[in-house]
Amino acid sequence: MKPFTTLTAVAVPLDIVNVDTDRIIPARFLRQPRSAGYENFLFADLREADASFVLDRAEYRGAQILVAADNFGCGSSREGAVWALAGSGLRAWIAPSFGDIFFENSFKNGVLAIVLPPGRVTELRAALEAKPGASMSIDLAAQTVTGPDGRVDRFDVDPFRKECLLAGLDEIDLTLRHEADIAAYEDRRRRERPWLG
Amino acid sequence: MGLTLYEKIWNDHAIAHGAGGRTLLYIDRQLVHDGSFHAFLALKQAGRAVRRPEASFATPDHYVPTHNRHPITHPELRDKVETLAANAAANGITIYPVGDDRQGIVHVVGPEQGITQPGITLVCGDSHTSTHGAFGALAFGIGASEVAHVLATQALWQAPSKTFRVTVEGALSPGVHAKDIILALIARIGAFGGTGYTFEYAGPGIRALSMEARMTICNMSIEAGAKAGLVAPDETTFAYLHGRPQAPKGEYWERAVALWRALPSDPDSRFDREVTLDASALEPMATWGTSPEHGVGISGVVPDPSREADAARRGSMEKALGYMDLRPGARIDGLPIERVFIGSCTNSRLEDLRAAAEVVRGRKAKVPALVVPGSGLVKRDAEAEGLDRVFLDAGFEWRDAGCSMCVGMNGDLAGSGERVASTSNRNFEGRQGKGARTHLMSPAMAAAAAVTGCITDVRKLLR
Repeated sequence: MKPFTTLTAVAVPLDIVNVDTDRIIPARFLRQPRSAGYENFLFADLREADASFVLDRAEYRGAQILVAADNFGCGSSREGAVWALAGSGLRAWIAPSFGDIFFENSFKNGVLAIVLPPGRVTELRAALEAKPGASMSIDLAAQTVTGPDGRVDRFDVDPFRKECLLAGLDEIDLTLRHEADIAAYEDRRRRERPWLG
Repeated sequence: MGLTLYEKIWNDHAIAHGAGGRTLLYIDRQLVHDGSFHAFLALKQAGRAVRRPEASFATPDHYVPTHNRHPITHPELRDKVETLAANAAANGITIYPVGDDRQGIVHVVGPEQGITQPGITLVCGDSHTSTHGAFGALAFGIGASEVAHVLATQALWQAPSKTFRVTVEGALSPGVHAKDIILALIARIGAFGGTGYTFEYAGPGIRALSMEARMTICNMSIEAGAKAGLVAPDETTFAYLHGRPQAPKGEYWERAVALWRALPSDPDSRFDREVTLDASALEPMATWGTSPEHGVGISGVVPDPSREADAARRGSMEKALGYMDLRPGARIDGLPIERVFIGSCTNSRLEDLRAAAEVVRGRKAKVPALVVPGSGLVKRDAEAEGLDRVFLDAGFEWRDAGCSMCVGMNGDLAGSGERVASTSNRNFEGRQGKGARTHLMSPAMAAAAAVTGCITDVRKLLR
């Protein structure tokens, strides 16, 4: 996995609350393997209905940061939603709240999901709309976001997720380092709850 | 201070601790379905083996056709179903395949087979895994990377969630069901009101419910943003599980029940947030918009976005009204519908079909209506008591088990602009088909909509 350290890039505002993963990638595309290029299906129905959809506007081309609204990525567990967004070049998303499984899926794919207070996220979106194509900066080690207005906000990140992202670590490898602990746990469990096997 | 049910299960499954309170959690059971092919592929590409094949159970549900499926003629659907069978066989995982009565929606099959048990951790690559919390299991949905992780290691790194107790007082009135409880809760706290929390549903209004009804409520915990939903196991739980194929047997049964009795939250345990609902004050619910939080009682009206203070929410309401072709102040009762879907992991169990059949009996459907049992066993049991005849005589379609029109991955879709009365869990834009307009409600309410052709207070039809 590609490590995430710092990022300065064009940021795109998406002012829709409760954006569900069905909308990010409609179910009918999930039959295809990921190698089909899920970015081709990103917001497929929304884009078809609205030619001026914000992600298609020239000013935001090449954006790597998405500033969304509350409950971004709610709904289905489909990791295809993250693959579609990340496949289009996005590496970080900022919102006041996220769908829980989507939030987890983000980090598994090397994407930094940042929670900032609702008021500040609204300000950031307004600044990006006022100055289309403006850049923002993220420093994961310092846990800071610099807005297009120059204001620096500190964000919280789970130290475990931070460590994995900075190093580009595969979580399965990390877990396998605890193989002996897992085996010991299973031995004890077989004695205590043999019916679970 | 005492421990909550959630904390007890968490502590019991902690293997190791990482940075920032992350815990390596042991996973007792994993359910896999025909959408899990991404995870099996990732595992194969990384050259990893399945650690404990006997801890996973497979059945096709998302892609499986619900009629004319012997054989499956659609090449893409057949491929997904066959890929699951091949992955299960190659890795030694038990599968309930198409043609086996035990095949069905994973969240119906797991409990039915006794795979879901109190106190265990259970995961699945599907957001409605929260369903299994009805048994007092810590059950949550995960993405493809985590499915592969669990297959390879039988463990997952997790951060603990906060705890949120939903106490339901009072008893449901006739015509009001578990679906109305959960729709009322989501309408009250919002589609992200539970973000960061695991719910525990408690109180006399929950204790009085059957396992099927508890599953309906836990199923939609995710629609309020919660990680999981829990109900403490009790005699109702034990009676449901006793004798199920994968449940503990003989001496093990007694030992298991003794452990399960110690699971409920201690009286002096503390929750991070609490909400109380009065079941006796509820009326049948239906949604008007495109988020599960857009629910309203049957005597209510479509709300007016201009009265919403929050700009983002106001915008979302306006867009929802546009998509749903509704105006503020419109009455929900009497709204014409064009299609009915009774099924999904929320409401496809025998009790759901009985509630719908009770309304349908002796009446005729005025619009196309589809009934999809949650499993082959639900179908068999429903037919044994003649429910299929009730539906067929009224002009409904009676199908084989699968997710069907809840998500439409198998091609069971509503048309653009069609207004659907649906017992599923999501009314998102395009969820049941591009442009389809979904109104969520209970099976009894969906049945009432089918026989009247409009959203109708089912209480008017009760005999």
